Amino acid sequence: MVKFIEVNKRFGRLQVLKDVSINVEEGIKTAILGPNGSGKTTLIKTLLGMVIPDSGDVIFKGESVLGKYKYRREIVYMPQIALFPQNLTVKELLELIPKLRKQEAKYDDLVDRFGVNEFMHKKMNALSGGMRQKVNLVLAFMFDVPLVILDEPTNGLDPVAVLELKKLLYEEEKKGRTIMFTSHIMDFVQQMADRIVFLLEGVVNFEGTVSEILTETGTSNLEEAVASLIIQNQNQKAYV
Amino acid sequence: MFKIIGYVIKDLLRNRWTLFYLLFYLLVGFSILMFSGDFSKSMVSFLQIILILTPLIGTLFGVMYYYNSRDFIELLLAQPIRRRDVFVGQWLGVSLSLGTSLIVGLGIPFLWYFAQYEVAGDQFILLLLLGFALGAIFTGLSMAVSVSTDNKIRGFGYALVLWLLMAVVYDGFLLLALIAFRDYPLEKFALVATVFNPIDLARITILLKLDISALMGYTGAVFREFLGSTAGMLTSMTILLLWMILPFFLITFIARKRDF
Repeated sequence: MVKFIEVNKRFGRLQVLKDVSINVEEGIKTAILGPNGSGKTTLIKTLLGMVIPDSGDVIFKGESVLGKYKYRREIVYMPQIALFPQNLTVKELLELIPKLRKQEAKYDDLVDRFGVNEFMHKKMNALSGGMRQKVNLVLAFMFDVPLVILDEPTNGLDPVAVLELKKLLYEEEKKGRTIMFTSHIMDFVQQMADRIVFLLEGVVNFEGTVSEILTETGTSNLEEAVASLIIQNQNQKAYV
Repeated sequence: MFKIIGYVIKDLLRNRWTLFYLLFYLLVGFSILMFSGDFSKSMVSFLQIILILTPLIGTLFGVMYYYNSRDFIELLLAQPIRRRDVFVGQWLGVSLSLGTSLIVGLGIPFLWYFAQYEVAGDQFILLLLLGFALGAIFTGLSMAVSVSTDNKIRGFGYALVLWLLMAVVYDGFLLLALIAFRDYPLEKFALVATVFNPIDLARITILLKLDISALMGYTGAVFREFLGSTAGMLTSMTILLLWMILPFFLITFIARKRDF
């Protein structure tokens, strides 16, 4: 569904993405992992056309996305930090985005599920971080689109909401949606991800399933596996 | 794009900024007309406001609005909306709001004055149109500057310097150049130099209309000498229109290469 082909991106002196080639398969949940500053968000933003790669190409459904915008009708992106106009109420925001996208949205169910109906008429700047994240999730799932991208979806969520999110992700996968997400909560990733892409300093360090990463690193859970990959990389650097 | 323009206008109304400027212009309009007595003197006062203040307000507003809505811009960029439309939509939304405040805010006092005394309305309408144009041009230029840097302070600084150059420093330099090269024929140089400053163009346009030679300055006199009052005015207005289109290309060009 999505192919990153030798994507390079540099911000000033910092090379954020180095020859990143990834294949995101259709209909499954792919987790993009990596320490802070490893290029996860930048990678996602190249797919959305928000960051323009220095070289390489990003393919969505067989076509390059560079310089185009209509393909974004089929992608919903939930950013890490809730980016909302602060003086709108939740309801106004939920009505504004479909108008801007020119797409129909169904949010009644989602609003109930995440308990957003309790603060539908509050302004965004009056909401707590967790409440905003719930609104963020409603926005991400209210459109019927093939690809949903979630940047740190569990941020600030209470356990009940996390559980609800997990259920929702399974349901969405059954509907045939492709889901890409990033997360620092390894338990969440281990449970949810069908495939993992591990980025380290802008390079794809590992790509495969959860069981593959566990076998390769000889560890019993994802947290240890990821730590071991990071330490391996540091040791290699020390030798060089 | 129209949805974005609509959103920006609503947003500014909600923030009461539009209202604030409307009240400001109302106050200024009424006080100038009430206290200066002589209509042509009032026109000169209005001229100062249009030439200096309107571009400044446009500049400040363009920068402020852009940086304040940075988050929302990111949200918009992830939607199926053309990049150009996001930024140009913002520019047009802010310009239309500010322009409406100006036209209504100064228009009402004028209508009130017009109802009492017989004065020439066309001069005033031209003044408002020029104010609208200058506001839009400077909002656009300052937005283009803001889009080019993430550093708010730098963005503000560059935009203000641009305004200062056009509103104040430009005349000084032009004068210096004219004095330094007074032994040469300078009419064409002055004519060309004017084209590069929208504030100067607006000043000449209205002064040609008002026919106040004393305030016309060298460039204005050259304009009249070369083109005559009417043709001179039409020329300066046409160039001003080109200036209004410039931010569109500038913003589109700068935004196309930026990362968000």
